[in-house]
Amino acid sequence: MIIETHDLVKMYRRSVAVDGLNLAVPEGSITGFLGPNGSGKTTTIKMLLGLVRPTSGEGFVFSEPIAEDRASVAIRSRTAYVSEDKRLYSYMTARQILDFTRPLYPNWSRRRERELLLRFNLPLDRKFSGFSKGMRTKLALVLALARSAPLLILDEPSEGLDPIATEHMLVAVIQAAAEGATVFFSTHQISQVERVADRVIILQSGRLVLEGSLEDLRARYRRIHLAFPMRAPVEEMQLDGVCKASSQGHVVSLLADGHLEEITGHAHAMGAISVTVEPVGLRELFLESVDEPCSTGVPACVEVEEEPHDLSSHDPS
Amino acid sequence: MTKNVFRIQPASGIPIYVQLIEQVKHAVESCLLMPGDQLPGIRTLSQQLVISPNTVVKAYTELDREGVIALRHGAGAFVADRGAAPDRAEDVPLARGLVKDLVKKLRRHGWSDDEIRRFVDAELTFEEVRR
Repeated sequence: MIIETHDLVKMYRRSVAVDGLNLAVPEGSITGFLGPNGSGKTTTIKMLLGLVRPTSGEGFVFSEPIAEDRASVAIRSRTAYVSEDKRLYSYMTARQILDFTRPLYPNWSRRRERELLLRFNLPLDRKFSGFSKGMRTKLALVLALARSAPLLILDEPSEGLDPIATEHMLVAVIQAAAEGATVFFSTHQISQVERVADRVIILQSGRLVLEGSLEDLRARYRRIHLAFPMRAPVEEMQLDGVCKASSQGHVVSLLADGHLEEITGHAHAMGAISVTVEPVGLRELFLESVDEPCSTGVPACVEVEEEPHDLSSHDPS
Repeated sequence: MTKNVFRIQPASGIPIYVQLIEQVKHAVESCLLMPGDQLPGIRTLSQQLVISPNTVVKAYTELDREGVIALRHGAGAFVADRGAAPDRAEDVPLARGLVKDLVKKLRRHGWSDDEIRRFVDAELTFEEVRR
């Protein structure tokens, strides 16, 4: 495992941002990290990079403990990171930032840098302070992807990007993975995860609600619609494999994790006149897994108490 | 050519490697890919389709196991040269005929084309899970 955490917890004064997280990210995989706003994604990423100290639990990146300073330096030297805020040196032009950053990395790929600059069409001689959100993201991506790091941690890498730039970003990510890099990226765009990711991790209020190989999830989950001649006996359908059951009039809708034979067999025995089984996309799984209402009114992640130190604003250093 | 031949629908809920396997098979059956033709490399195809390289590896490995393609180490993936392929091509009109009869019959019973399509999809989806 390239990334591994055990019962990782981050508490802020009044709230729990990350609540007992167990992650396992295998080498060479592309993992999509999903969750509603404030579900703890950025806090988790910052803990992995040593920018936020865990309250309890432990984590390892490249088998190095994330909470130890010296180990954390070793982690960061092998991890390319695009931070959520994509903040870089505002007084430099894009060209200056590139010139400044390039010599810091021994494996810097000029070819990759040129390719990306060409695709992203960045105004190289404009100061970073005059960059739009999309341009900031693009430059942060060039810096992260050109250093040929074995691990890419990207916090919302498509933020502000138009569909064409997003496509270029995804292709670049795939290219990195094809060359052996492990990619871990957070996003709100489920369609991106569906397309490029091997694995998905979904957080809700700092807890893991769904995790696994996307192809496995696609193979396992099904939506089943049952129509009955009478009012639907939804309470009779709480069987093994049924994750969610709802009914409207004479129709029952089930979200099933395997056990299809038993479920449809039982439905027929209960008098169902129509049984349809459909595949379930990630969007539906995401919405189903995070739709439990929050137990508290307090946002799960409010980063007020601990200001991350300088390293948080990207890391050309 | 693969760029236009293979169409992946990531949101459909059907595993992407399964979609890819089906489409390679279909391309072979409909002679868009002929025995000996080289398939795109893993890196190329994953970038063309914007899907994970691991997904392409999974599909190719399965297709190799089923004898549809041959993975030659270092050289790439090629459509397998096998005796079964031409026989299969001859079977296609028969299969089409069966489907045609079925569609005709269902239409006669008053089912619309959309409904028929849904029946077939539902049946295939269900079978896929049962397997």
